Amino acid sequence: MEEKKIKRRTLLAGAAAAASLAFIKIASGQLVPVQTADPTKILGPPPGEIGTRSPFEHPLKITSDTSSRTPLQDLFGTITPSDLHFERHHGGVPAIDPHRYELLIHGMVEKPMIFKLADLKRFPSVSRIAFLECSGNFRSGKEKMTPQEICGLTSQSEWTGVMLSTLFREVGVHPKATWFLAEGSDAAVMTRSIPVKKGWDDAMIAYGQNGEALRPQQGYPARLFLPGWEGNTNVKWIRRIELSDQPFMTREETSKYTEEIKDGKIRQFSFDMDARSIITFPAYPVQLEKGWVEIRGIAWTGRGKIITVEISTDAGKNWYPAKLQDPILDKAHVAFRYLWQWDGRETEIMSRATDETGYIQPTLKQLVAARGKDMGGYHLNPVTAWVIKRDGQVLFKPEKWK
Amino acid sequence: MRYFLLIFLAACKQTHEPERFNLGRIATAAEIKAWDIDVRPDGRGLPEGSGTVSEGRNIYTAKCALCHGKTGVEGPYNVLVGDTTKAKTIGNYWPYATTLFDYTRRAMPFNQPGSLTDNEVYSITAFLLHANKIIDSTTEMNKHTLPAIVMPAHKYFVNDNRQGGPEVK
Repeated sequence: MEEKKIKRRTLLAGAAAAASLAFIKIASGQLVPVQTADPTKILGPPPGEIGTRSPFEHPLKITSDTSSRTPLQDLFGTITPSDLHFERHHGGVPAIDPHRYELLIHGMVEKPMIFKLADLKRFPSVSRIAFLECSGNFRSGKEKMTPQEICGLTSQSEWTGVMLSTLFREVGVHPKATWFLAEGSDAAVMTRSIPVKKGWDDAMIAYGQNGEALRPQQGYPARLFLPGWEGNTNVKWIRRIELSDQPFMTREETSKYTEEIKDGKIRQFSFDMDARSIITFPAYPVQLEKGWVEIRGIAWTGRGKIITVEISTDAGKNWYPAKLQDPILDKAHVAFRYLWQWDGRETEIMSRATDETGYIQPTLKQLVAARGKDMGGYHLNPVTAWVIKRDGQVLFKPEKWK
Repeated sequence: MRYFLLIFLAACKQTHEPERFNLGRIATAAEIKAWDIDVRPDGRGLPEGSGTVSEGRNIYTAKCALCHGKTGVEGPYNVLVGDTTKAKTIGNYWPYATTLFDYTRRAMPFNQPGSLTDNEVYSITAFLLHANKIIDSTTEMNKHTLPAIVMPAHKYFVNDNRQGGPEVK
């Protein structure tokens, strides 16, 4: 009897909740939610097995054949919701049964070994909040571009896993091993060569992302995570690590993920992500109103911590420090904020990050001066300007260099 | 005193991490062989077998041309052939010939990855190297000839020189 009663109440509450919101069809044919009743007068739905987004919120990734981009302008703080983490795959997202998953470590080791996922989880674990950024993360070319379109191939998670150094000790890595191959079990069987030193320093085999298992799009059930290094080296769905005394010169580290610099040279093994920042508010397509504006954004560096983020609201003539949100973590997105009073005049706003090595985020001009006009598209981290029009329109300021 | 000693020992026990945890198992030679498919620039990892330009042309036409174009320059996907084109091709950008074998064997054709035999991969490699004017039409590709090839773009590659600090590189 009691059980029946609860069931009926549940049903009633569910019906009531549905009644407090209605979905109407708009001109485009899309269904949008509208509130039709006072929520304090209608019993809401009971607790559920899994949470959902408000039907009023629609943050989405922008997809292409090869990648999808995080909606940076729609996020608060610095953690990227796992379903909004950017994606870049080379052979699609593989489906892997965690019970069949195995990681092989061999080559220049005392004992070649195989670890099942359950083995990896039994080792001492660590958690670390850090960004992950694709090194091909700069798009330009038109004024109507959002932060997501310009540099949405960066995301941040709390990663949990086992330190690779722990596994290195377990297999007994040979002291003369200088490189290791990391290989994924996707359809591209994607591979990168990584210096062994990174493996001892801070590399992880991650199986957790923001409190739950990795998402398939981020490497389920286990991936390599290399804090601060270009996204592609963080091999997803990792199945094999081979220790060696030389790099393997795989396709992704030779014909891809290398960049032309001056004098016809091509730079390879460009691992570290240099310091960068982007204003995510106000940014296209925001319509700005006169008065107080909190300029907001994120800054990050693969070389340690961000020391300062400076803001200019006069097209780069004067720069003032933004407030950085504590804690400022190593190799992690940090949120910055700067209070500004917009007087309605046309201007340009921009941000500039400095990291603990003394590196100052360059302008596109400085990058061209350093690398030449034919510079490649990887590792571009220029200062990004937004033009505020008199009518409050905010537009990206694309710069040409070719 | 004994009580304190016990606490001290317990604390030590808590923070002590062994050199090894004895988790996982030893991989057998057969297990390693099944997955160890990489090929290094010095040729280590290349299998027995061989391939020719003419065989490679047939396989290319049947299995690769749809994505890379009839002669490797038309696309729609990655342009593979040419040394004057703006595209990054095998001829003007790839620094090692061994990479071509390694990548084709592990990831191509895109819709049937890993389906080619070693001889077919040697043949496609030969065809693409010939199309890029790197080998002549009669040179056979095998585990000795492939790593001996010096690619035209090899001389352009330099290691990353960025190191943080004030200088933009």
